[in-house]
Amino acid sequence: MGKKNSKETLYSVLILLPSIILIAVFVYGFIGTTIYSSMTDWKGMSVDPIKNFIGLDNYKSLFTSFINKGFRQDLVNTVTYTIFLLAGTLIFGLLLAILLDRSVKKEGIYRTIFLYPMALSFIVSGTVWRWLLAPSGGLNAIPTWFGNSQGTFQWISSKKQIWQFNWQNIFKVLALVIAVVFIIFLINSIINENKKATKRNSIVVAILLIFAFIIQPLLPPAIATEELHGFNLATIGILLAGIWQYSGYAMALYLAGLRGLSASIKESAKLDGASEFTYYTKIAIPNLKPITMSAVVIMAHISLKLFDLIYAMAGTDNAFTGHPSIRMYTTTFRANKLALGSAMAVILFICAAMFIIPYMIHSHKERLQ
Amino acid sequence: MASTINSRKAKHIIYYVVIVLICALFLVPIYMALITSLKARADINLLTSWKFPTNPTGIGFKHAILKLAPYLKNSFVLTITATVISALFGAINGYIFSKNKFKGSEMIFTLMLFGMFIPYQIILIPLFDTLRRLNMVGLSGLILAHVVYGIPIVTLLFRNFYDQIPNSILESGRIDGASYFTIFVRLILPLSIPSFVVVGIWQFTQIWNEFLWAICLTSQESNPITVGLSQLAGGQAVAWNDSMAGAIISAIPVLCIYIFLGKYFIQGLLAGSVKE
Repeated sequence: MGKKNSKETLYSVLILLPSIILIAVFVYGFIGTTIYSSMTDWKGMSVDPIKNFIGLDNYKSLFTSFINKGFRQDLVNTVTYTIFLLAGTLIFGLLLAILLDRSVKKEGIYRTIFLYPMALSFIVSGTVWRWLLAPSGGLNAIPTWFGNSQGTFQWISSKKQIWQFNWQNIFKVLALVIAVVFIIFLINSIINENKKATKRNSIVVAILLIFAFIIQPLLPPAIATEELHGFNLATIGILLAGIWQYSGYAMALYLAGLRGLSASIKESAKLDGASEFTYYTKIAIPNLKPITMSAVVIMAHISLKLFDLIYAMAGTDNAFTGHPSIRMYTTTFRANKLALGSAMAVILFICAAMFIIPYMIHSHKERLQ
Repeated sequence: MASTINSRKAKHIIYYVVIVLICALFLVPIYMALITSLKARADINLLTSWKFPTNPTGIGFKHAILKLAPYLKNSFVLTITATVISALFGAINGYIFSKNKFKGSEMIFTLMLFGMFIPYQIILIPLFDTLRRLNMVGLSGLILAHVVYGIPIVTLLFRNFYDQIPNSILESGRIDGASYFTIFVRLILPLSIPSFVVVGIWQFTQIWNEFLWAICLTSQESNPITVGLSQLAGGQAVAWNDSMAGAIISAIPVLCIYIFLGKYFIQGLLAGSVKE
């Protein structure tokens, strides 16, 4: 028996070997190559490329030099794209799922309509939304139906920026943003009367606040000159299209979750006299937590892939809707600055890894059980 | 009593009105694309942008088809080839990860899955560089990329599917003296047809819709449809009727799949997230 097993294991490994080698080279090997390239001065593809190791200079330049100011705005855009795409798709998706959860007649048709944008490419939906949001396009015509003059908002090309902050204080801003997240965790742990978590979260919040208001002012500014960044209103157009395309996906995830809650839970809630509102807020939504976690990871991941949508709606040269992936493309393939492009790719990768690695460790542990 | 019935009825009506309104909201882009694609270029303006064309014309579709035909051909070659190859990879890998686990196989599986979560920018430059050195910039390189980076998701989909096949079926095969490969070919493959459908549809849709590699790894004569559409619809002076017709044409294959095989599409969609 033992012999047979070891033979079968050998077969298994041999069959997997092509995939293992391909993934090792094309995923892990290439990630390594890109990380290495990002620390060189590589410019221009040639048969014998010149790559001199220059350490972290490219990263320093991206975060502090004047010429790369645009990249820093792209990073700010990434944060706002992610937050609003997440909030928009999850909230809207959850509402749609609750609407459909109460066994509606012809539910299939509604579900089909809510989910069809998922089958389309970002290029197709971007092309159509570009027309809807064009200054002479559909949405700006709506006010004329009510006798008003046409809308003038420049959905994709607005130059307005709100919620500005100075990049010199970037560490303070970061600390405050993270503090807000932990304050939400803190409130959650207080509500759940989880003493251990409450203690831990309040310590984290306290440290972040002390850093932001006491330590940070003592540090030198992050860059030499004042530089304002903020939320670009031009990104609203991209966000609208993105939320339209992906809220159906969030709905499908939540609907599967709601259906997965056993009928008995729902019945007993009803017998206890719980109204539908209490059922959803007190029982269903807390039970959907694992799904929300997956959805957050998936949506955060998609927001890093907005390349196609932004390319189709705003092109590569619109500074106001910019995204690191777009700049990585122009830097690499148009300007031939391969090392700088690699550094941008690495930064994008690190952003994604913050979501993905914890998620993967979590699901790996679950599989082992 | 009558009043509660009435209020229930009213609630019911409000509920359906809300749903229908939301449906309309979701369908607006299709409606606008359709009516605009049927207008002549001179008839497109802000005031009538929501109205049906007064003189419908097929000129937009004619332009779009002429322009997009070579791209469509590339996309069909690319999508079908890459889908078939990656499905085969998935079936055999999934069989091992599900039914022939060995020490360390879970770890290999997790390390493999990582490949489907990375933002592809991180591998783009070495990938382009490698394909260039191998003289594979074009459709063959794009097929290779889709097969390789498709391995994680197809393996996951097949594995999840095989996990549902009870081990007792395999045991009975083993007792009959069937070998490792015979079990796969005689027992597992015939049961795998639904998962081939799910994986096939998933990969077809993904590859058909992909853009980043399409624009970076191919040249003019090998560009797939997404690149063709972005060129037709890009730039400043856009002929909106042509670009809307182009968008519709590029969406037709995947929309057909979605409408007729939606059940399998959704299974693929949910497989990566709400599994286990």
